[in-house]
Amino acid sequence: MADLKIRIGELEFKNPVTTASGTFGFGEEYTDFMDLDRIGGIFTKGTTIRHREGNAYPRMAETPSGMLNAVGLQNKGVDYFISSIYPRIKDYDTNIMVNVSGSTIEDYVATAEKVNELDKIPAIELNISCPNVKQGGMTFGVSCAGAAEVVRAVRKAYSKTLIVKLSPNVTDIASIAQAVEEEGADSVSLINTLLGMAIDAETRKPYLSTITGGLSGPCVKPVALRMVWQVAKAVKIPVIGLGGIMNTADAIEFFLAGATAIQIGTANFIDPAISVKVVEGINEYLDRHGCSSIYDIIGALEA
Amino acid sequence: MKKCSLDMVVSANIPLGSNHFLLKFTHKEQLPEMLPGQFVQVRVDNAPGVFLRRPISVNFVDQQKNELWLLVQKVGEGTRKMSEYKTGDVVNMLLPLGNSFTMPQSAQSRLLLVGGGVGIAPLLYMGSLLKQQGCNPMFLLGARSADGLMQIDDFKQFGEVFITTEDGSAGEKGFVTQHSKLQEHIDKIYTCGPTPMMQAVARFAQNNDIECEASLENKMACGFGACLCCVTQTQSGHKCVCSEGPVFNTKELSWQI
Ligand SMILES: Cc1cc2nc3c(=O)[nH]c(=O)nc-3n(C[C@H](O)[C@H](O)[C@H](O)COP(=O)(O)OP(=O)(O)OC[C@H]3O[C@@H](n4cnc5c(N)ncnc54)[C@H](O)[C@@H]3O)c2cc1C
Ligand SMILES: Cc1cc2nc3c(=O)[nH]c(=O)nc-3n(C[C@H](O)[C@H](O)[C@H](O)COP(=O)(O)O)c2cc1C
Ligand code: FES
Repeated sequence: MADLKIRIGELEFKNPVTTASGTFGFGEEYTDFMDLDRIGGIFTKGTTIRHREGNAYPRMAETPSGMLNAVGLQNKGVDYFISSIYPRIKDYDTNIMVNVSGSTIEDYVATAEKVNELDKIPAIELNISCPNVKQGGMTFGVSCAGAAEVVRAVRKAYSKTLIVKLSPNVTDIASIAQAVEEEGADSVSLINTLLGMAIDAETRKPYLSTITGGLSGPCVKPVALRMVWQVAKAVKIPVIGLGGIMNTADAIEFFLAGATAIQIGTANFIDPAISVKVVEGINEYLDRHGCSSIYDIIGALEA
Repeated sequence: MKKCSLDMVVSANIPLGSNHFLLKFTHKEQLPEMLPGQFVQVRVDNAPGVFLRRPISVNFVDQQKNELWLLVQKVGEGTRKMSEYKTGDVVNMLLPLGNSFTMPQSAQSRLLLVGGGVGIAPLLYMGSLLKQQGCNPMFLLGARSADGLMQIDDFKQFGEVFITTEDGSAGEKGFVTQHSKLQEHIDKIYTCGPTPMMQAVARFAQNNDIECEASLENKMACGFGACLCCVTQTQSGHKCVCSEGPVFNTKELSWQI
C-alpha cells in the first residue's frame, strides 16, 4: 500500500481523488452507490450569493465521447447551502470544498466570506469561468487582469485554502495561472468546460436553449492534459487536474503531467462509483510500479 | 429507496412490431423494490456515439422470478444496440430511479391509464399493481397504426383496454383524447407518451376537473439528481425530472394548456 496522502495549501487529503463541481451534487446523491469517506474530497455544485434558476431546458446534448451542458449555475444560493445543506453533509469524513461562483467581484467576496465561517469547509474553489456582468459578460477567467482582480479580492476575505478553477477558453492558460498564483491562490484546478455547440441538422435548431454550452468528458482529455502539463511547469503551487478522466489510467496520466490531485466529473454519471474505483486503481498502479508515495509519479513524465 | 448498480442478465429479447422490442432481464438475487413510474439507467457499451446511459421505464417486475421487463423503441444507436441483446448478455443498470405514480384515494376510484406509443411502458406495471390492490383500472392506448400497438394481451390481464389509432387500423380512429370512453365519469388519469399527447390529456383533465399524473421524458445525463440537466419548469421553479419526477401532477407543471 503506497502512501496516497497529498497536501494542497494547508489542507491534507487522504488520497488525491476528488469529484468535480456540478457533477457530484453535494455528495448526497451518490451515497447509495459509494462510500464518500473513501475519496479525498468533494467539490460542491457551484454556489452563488443568491438563488439562481439556471438556464431553460434543454440543457444537455450528448456529443461524440462527451456532452455539452448549459445548466447555468442553478443553485439555491449560499444562505440556503449554509442553513439546509451544510448541516447534512458536514460530518462526512472527506474534504468538502465549496465551488464559489459569481457575476461581480462583490458577489464572489460576499459568498466566500460566508463560507469562510463554516468550520467543516476547509477550502473553496473559485470558479472564475463565470461571465462578469459589469464588464458586458466577459468572463473573469479569460484575462490575467480579470483573474487577478477576483482572486485578490477574495484572498482578502477568505482565510483558508483557496483553489482557483481555470477556464480553458483562453490563449495562454499558464500566464493566467501565474497571475492567480501571484495573488495568493493556494492551488489551481483545471480545466473547466470548453465552449462548444451542437446543431440538429434536421430541424436546423441548436440542441441547447443557450445555443452554446460547456463540453466535458473524454473528448476534452487531450486538451486538459496539455494544459495541466503547461500550468504545472509554470507555477509552484499544486495543480489539480481534471477533464475527461474516466478510469485509473486517465488519472495516472494527469499525475504524470504534473497534477497533485485530480477531479472526476462527467464519468460519475456513467459509473457513480468510479471515484472509489480510481482510488483503488491508483494504489494498485503505485504498487505495480514500485512507488511508495503518490508524489513519486507527480510530474514524472519522461519527455 | 436505496438506488443500486446491478448487472442484469438478458433472459429474452422479443421483437414487437417493426420498431419495438421487449427485453426481459433476470437477476440472481432478490431485486430491490421498484415502484410504478420509476425507471432504470441502462449502460449501453460498444455502441458508436453512445456515451451516456439510456433512461428506460420499468415496464413490469416479477418479484417472484426476479424478473424486470423493459419495453423499448428503436430511435437511435443506443436503443438499436439494445435491440441486439441476446439471452445471457450482461447489462449494467442503475435502479430504481425517480418517484412514482401515486395510488388512488380508494379502490372504487374510476382510473384511466392513457398511453401513447412506447409511453405505454410504465402503465403496464402501474396497472398490475392497481389490480393487485383491488382497483379496476381501464387502459386507453394509442398508436399511429395497429403495428405500433404492443402488449395488449398483457394489459388485458389487469383491466379493460380501449384503443385508438391515428389511421384507424385498430380501435377508434383518431387521438386518445378523442376516444368515446372519455365521455364517461373518471376520477383520475395516469398518462405517459409524447409530450403533445400528455398535454392534450392534461388539458382534458383540467377542463373536466379530473386528477392527472403524467410521466415526463426529459433528456438526462445522470438520472439521479446530480447534474441538473433534466429540469422541467413547474409552479415552484425548475424541478429535476429524474429525481423529483418523472411523475408530476399536471397541475404542478408550467404547461401552456
Ligand atoms: C424517464 C424516462 C423513461 C423512458 N422510458 C422509455 C421506455 O420505457 N422505452 C423507450 O423506448 N424509451 C424510453 N425513454 C426514452 C429513451 O431514453 C430514449 O429513446 C433513448 O435514450 C434514445 O437513445 P438512442 O441512443 O437510441 O437515441 P439517440 O441517438 O440518443 O436519439 C435518437 C433520437 O431520439 C431523441 N431522443 C433521445 N432521448 C430522448 C428522450 N429522453 N426523450 C425524447 N426523445 C429522445 C433524440 O433527440 C433523437 O432525435 C425514456 C426516457 C426517460 C427520460
Ligand atoms: C453538468 C455539469 C455541471 C457543471 N457545473 C459546474 C459548476 O457549477 N462549477 C464549476 O466550476 N464547474 C462545473 N462543471 C465543470 C466540471 O466541474 C468540470 O470542470 C468539467 O466537466 C471537466 O471535467 P470532466 O470532463 O471530468 O467532466 C460542470 C460540468 C458538468 C458536466
Ligand atoms: S439527469 Fe442529472 S439531474 Fe436529472
